Amino acid sequence: MLKHLRPALVLIVAMTVLTGLAYPLAMTGIARAVFPDQSSGSLLVRDGQVVGSALIGQEFKADRYFQGRPSATTAADPADPAKSVAAPYNAAASGGSNLGPTSAALVERVTADAARLRAENPAAPVPVDLVTTTASGLDPHISPDAAYFQVPRVALARALPAEAVRALVERHVEGRLFGIIGEPRVNVLALNLALDREAAR
Amino acid sequence: MTLNGWLQILLFCALTLALVKPLGGYMVRVFQGERTLLSPVLQPIERLLYRAAGPGARDEQHWLAYALAMLAFNLAGFLVLYLLQRLQGSLPLNPAGMAAVAPDLAFNTAASFMTNTNWQNYGGETTLSHLVQMAGLTVQNFVSAATGIAVALALIRGFARASARTVGNFWVDMTRTVLYLLLPISVVLTLVFVWQGVPQTLSGSIDATTLEGAKQTIALGPVASQEAIKMLGTNGGGFFNVNSAHPFENPTAFTNLLQMLAIFAIGAALTNVFGRMAGDPRQGWAILAAMGVLFLAGVAVAYWAEAAGNPLLHQAGVAGPNMEGKEVRFGPALSALFAVITTAASCGAVNAMHDSFLPLGGMIPLINMQLGEIIVGGVGAGLYGMLVFVVITVFVAGLMVGRTPEYLGKKIEAKEMKLAMLAILCLPFAMLVPTAVSVVLPQAVASIANPGPHGFSEVLYAYTSAAANNGSAFAGLSGNTPWYNVTLALAMLAGRFLVIIPALAIAGALAAKKTVPASAGTFPTHGGLFVGLLVGVILIVGGLTFFPALALGPVVEHLAMMAGQTFAAGN
Repeated sequence: MLKHLRPALVLIVAMTVLTGLAYPLAMTGIARAVFPDQSSGSLLVRDGQVVGSALIGQEFKADRYFQGRPSATTAADPADPAKSVAAPYNAAASGGSNLGPTSAALVERVTADAARLRAENPAAPVPVDLVTTTASGLDPHISPDAAYFQVPRVALARALPAEAVRALVERHVEGRLFGIIGEPRVNVLALNLALDREAAR
Repeated sequence: MTLNGWLQILLFCALTLALVKPLGGYMVRVFQGERTLLSPVLQPIERLLYRAAGPGARDEQHWLAYALAMLAFNLAGFLVLYLLQRLQGSLPLNPAGMAAVAPDLAFNTAASFMTNTNWQNYGGETTLSHLVQMAGLTVQNFVSAATGIAVALALIRGFARASARTVGNFWVDMTRTVLYLLLPISVVLTLVFVWQGVPQTLSGSIDATTLEGAKQTIALGPVASQEAIKMLGTNGGGFFNVNSAHPFENPTAFTNLLQMLAIFAIGAALTNVFGRMAGDPRQGWAILAAMGVLFLAGVAVAYWAEAAGNPLLHQAGVAGPNMEGKEVRFGPALSALFAVITTAASCGAVNAMHDSFLPLGGMIPLINMQLGEIIVGGVGAGLYGMLVFVVITVFVAGLMVGRTPEYLGKKIEAKEMKLAMLAILCLPFAMLVPTAVSVVLPQAVASIANPGPHGFSEVLYAYTSAAANNGSAFAGLSGNTPWYNVTLALAMLAGRFLVIIPALAIAGALAAKKTVPASAGTFPTHGGLFVGLLVGVILIVGGLTFFPALALGPVVEHLAMMAGQTFAAGN
């Protein structure tokens, strides 16, 4: 074992310098130079203020905005840091619900959310992604169905014609890569930013 | 299931197969010390490292010396990672001001990353400084992967050499793997990931004001560089808590495809390396075929289950696939595919929450790990695990016809069989015994999140994942308690080294043997019959060992779900 001590120590130090410092730091430098926007988090700026990241979902509660999927992220309770409280779309602590398929809590939550959505738009079936929590708690996307489902509510809240809102959604549907890879989706934050721009015109 | 879903799955398989030969050829050149395109840049660094490592650092080693070198190197890595975590509060590159990691959690994390498991009882963005993520975790991502590949190389040499005392040199195998294989591919992957939106910055987080005026703190960091090696080295430890489900770790369907390919690329190509170095590439393809059969069977079941959706939600009036704990950009097909890949290999990265998979969808990852992750498997670990099964298969075939079993001209005798059985038996021991203890121990039961049979599955999944060095989780289980931190770490160490050491001993025993020429009575091991027999042996060994445990968890839960039963906390 003693014979192996020197190479073990030399190589772990060398690998730490090479793969633990040189590699990530060089990558950071190159990434910043070549992809300054993406490397720093794809931040979106409006009127000089960072309003979020193009890749990270955020919470929308108002009727006038399209809403994302349920998020199960939590944050430390301000009253008692040992406990945690619900904090949807907490981008400082990602997390899923981790509810199993036979969990009564899951079925009750979905039933209640579905009833609320059905009251909001009785004309269409409830899209499954609008009543299920995202894996990360930060899903920036909803399915095109889930976006169309919300068109009547958003149009009403903004006193816009439903066709105009629907057309806006259509322009924001992103397809599959090469028509095969991934799933069709709508970025909620991008859609809502466009909606605000539309309203400001 | 949709046609498009299957198209995506077949596209992935085709791309993986296309990589096997070119990557395998390159790896053979690297491992045999031949010149490659990168030699002008890397050879001076390599020479410098050997010189610093001392005289004799490049000498051929007996299997025992090889094993001791491997252990010494892993121990050194373990200590460095443990100390970095304990001291992170007073070290630089800590923009979020993280405090020292608790001793039991630091022990668990150090064992986890050294063994290529990357089980995470911590949330990355809430626990670790950038320095620990880079100089601690990223380093182990490289060297634990290189350790696995080195062991596989030693075993390959055991089959390829005749009447030899030595099986190669650990320092050389490890160093070349890092320099010529892992590092260059990681550099390319990192840049593609950043291009697609994965952050790579030293700042800690940024505050945004949402459209509704709320404050959103967005955690950032040097994510892309860790992401690349996390996949390529089948490590799987994410920068963020939710791993590759996080939009910053895996922002697009394209990064998702690259990540899946990166998990399988080296493991699949190693079968080709094995075939070439053993002098008969068909032997490598036969092993890959057996892996492929098991893989596609797993994908079919998992995708079918997830696409069919949860009948309990259908009754509540919500039709569609199971989207609980999944991301829209991946959907059911890519989430199920990723789950099967990550557990077939010993990666353990996830792009969806396995805890929320349907019972049968979540059972496939469990089975993949319980079979020992021999379906492509962890880099290196998958091949040496599979070769242990091959040894058992030729032994069974030999028993059937009453001949001394042979593989690649090597007689498989009592010594090799005993070592192979030792390697096979340690896994169920490390998976099932602590599970049984944990479901009766009050402080362990308290960590279970989901009631009913799913809660049992959470614990079974935890020890299965740990012992198989996978690292994925039914993440509802609160693993960050002294009990789980210590016992899971022990399961990881057992699952790693109690397989590696017998594998190296087999390598040594085989290398010392003479090669017997093939005769008319030799069982050909490159054809369909052998592939079928190998798959059968794997399933019978795995099935006999794990069916009772699976029956108590996913199987019971599936039956309950079909009967419309739910489970509330406190039952």
